[in-house]
Amino acid sequence: MLRFVSQRVALGALVVVGVVALTFVIARVIPGDPAVTYAGPHATAATIAAARRELGLDKPVIVQLLDYLKGIFSGSWGTSYRTHHKVLSDLGTALPASIELVVAGIVIAVVLGLPFGLLAARFPGKSVDLLVRVVSVIGVSMPVFWLALILQRLLSGDLHWLPTAGLYNPNLYYTHPLTSYTNIPVLDALITGNFAVLGSALSHLVLPALVVAAYPAGLIARMVRASVLETLGESHVRMTRALGFAERALFTRYALRPALNPVVQVIALVFAYSLANTFLVEAVFDWPGLGSYAANSLEALDTPAVMGVTLIVAITYVVLNLAVDIVQAILDPRIRVS
Amino acid sequence: MTVTVPSGSLARGRALRVLRAGRSNPTLAAGSVVLAIVVIIAVFAPLLAPFPADAGNATHPTQVLLAPSSAHWFGTDEVGRDVLTRVMYGGRTSLEIVVAVLAIAAAIGIPLGLIAGYFGGVVDQVIMRVTDIFLAFPALLLSLAIASVLQPSVGHMILAIAVTWWPWYTRLVRGEAASVVRRPYVESARTLGVSHRRIIIRHVLPNAATPVLVQISMDAGGVLLTAAAISFLGLGAQDPTCEWGLMVSQGATYFTTNWWYATFPGIAILITAMAFNLIGDGVRERLDPKRVLSR
Repeated sequence: MLRFVSQRVALGALVVVGVVALTFVIARVIPGDPAVTYAGPHATAATIAAARRELGLDKPVIVQLLDYLKGIFSGSWGTSYRTHHKVLSDLGTALPASIELVVAGIVIAVVLGLPFGLLAARFPGKSVDLLVRVVSVIGVSMPVFWLALILQRLLSGDLHWLPTAGLYNPNLYYTHPLTSYTNIPVLDALITGNFAVLGSALSHLVLPALVVAAYPAGLIARMVRASVLETLGESHVRMTRALGFAERALFTRYALRPALNPVVQVIALVFAYSLANTFLVEAVFDWPGLGSYAANSLEALDTPAVMGVTLIVAITYVVLNLAVDIVQAILDPRIRVS
Repeated sequence: MTVTVPSGSLARGRALRVLRAGRSNPTLAAGSVVLAIVVIIAVFAPLLAPFPADAGNATHPTQVLLAPSSAHWFGTDEVGRDVLTRVMYGGRTSLEIVVAVLAIAAAIGIPLGLIAGYFGGVVDQVIMRVTDIFLAFPALLLSLAIASVLQPSVGHMILAIAVTWWPWYTRLVRGEAASVVRRPYVESARTLGVSHRRIIIRHVLPNAATPVLVQISMDAGGVLLTAAAISFLGLGAQDPTCEWGLMVSQGATYFTTNWWYATFPGIAILITAMAFNLIGDGVRERLDPKRVLSR
């Protein structure tokens, strides 16, 4: 087991190094001159040259890459050309907002996808199965940015059920100032007992979280259905059925556990996918997370910021994958051997 | 079945067979019908569209942002172009993108997977570790990063998505290739002195063909959505081009007062992606023996 874990960790570390190198290679091709952006719009040639030296852009590409790699692993992720803040501190404020959104979305997706997937698998070919299948296909086929616009207009613009955009009502900045520990408003409000902010933050969260949930909900429902049906066809379940166990006991006691293993993996993978998908949702809902930060940085040719965002999402992905591998190896000894 | 059949009943037999196949695999049938309609509209857009000139950069200052009417079923956009026409032409762009991305990704991914799986060893290690690096990014993220460093255009967007898409095929094909390479028929072919190239093409590739086909059919919807998303963020298709994601983003500006402009291209994306996903499900049900679902 220890060997398995150390092997996986080493492989993960290797992938992270490769990821850094790849983002760096992509960024070097940017046609614009980062030093010009960094120095500002009215900089003289001398200022630009100084900026170029300061950013290390005058060194050979290989040296820059090695410098960057060294920097990443010592915790200095460079300075954003646009905001002139440390990239890591920018990410520190942007990432929690996105995580709040994605976690809320995934929770909604599991709450919807899991029971409906099970229901469809319990009654395959029946009308409930058909309904779940149709709705889940719509979920995975939905252009999220469009869904965001439509829901925003219907639920917030026309019906006034939910707030339009933002983390929480800005008037509360003054009446109920929120002390930040985690930069996740819902969590901070809960910790400090600031219920005015909590209510406002939750109501602001519902709409974007629903949009983020659309794809994973559809995916989870489809996966659960397919996986459970596959297990129901396996010999150990057929054997139990032949022994006269009730269909219900068969379903809950023998088919469910092996069927839900791949589902755990999908949930972890869809997390990183949704983190990237917030790029499309955050812009519509004016959500100050990673997606908005990335969009602004892309526009400004802000190389360190873009690399920072790309890196943080890719690392999240690698770490989640690693965690899933290890958890599954603990649950299922067969995986350790291969 | 009888041996001597007049040609008329043969045709009827074929039609019956298609119908029966449709009943046994309604997912595939439904997806195919919808996709066929989308393809026909896209291909014959110049004949079917009410205002073909509006697909380009025509402007009609007198009919800006008109609501849907009998003249303009989907309304008009901010320079007076017919939205229906542009949605129809948008189908061409989207289908081109999907076909081109999948073709490029398969052309890069399949040979690499065959080489890695067949030869194994160091070659395998190098190819698969590079693949791992690409797979560490969510597809949308890497495509966006690449698209952002290129001039925004449909061609560059195709490139950006294809570059992120090939590793899936490499991983899939490698697995299949590695599993058949030790089979007796491959070993005997090698003892007979058949060249590696011939063995790969004649004996290894056919084994990988089915899972790749299943994967490709399941990926089409994802490519469509990724392309629409990149265009929505302004890094893909640019204005005179009709592209659904771009149209949604342009229409978003006017969305509170003029609902139709962003709504119809979005519906077009949804319907087409659904058609692709239904076909993907249907093809998998039909071809993937590992996923024969009990009914």
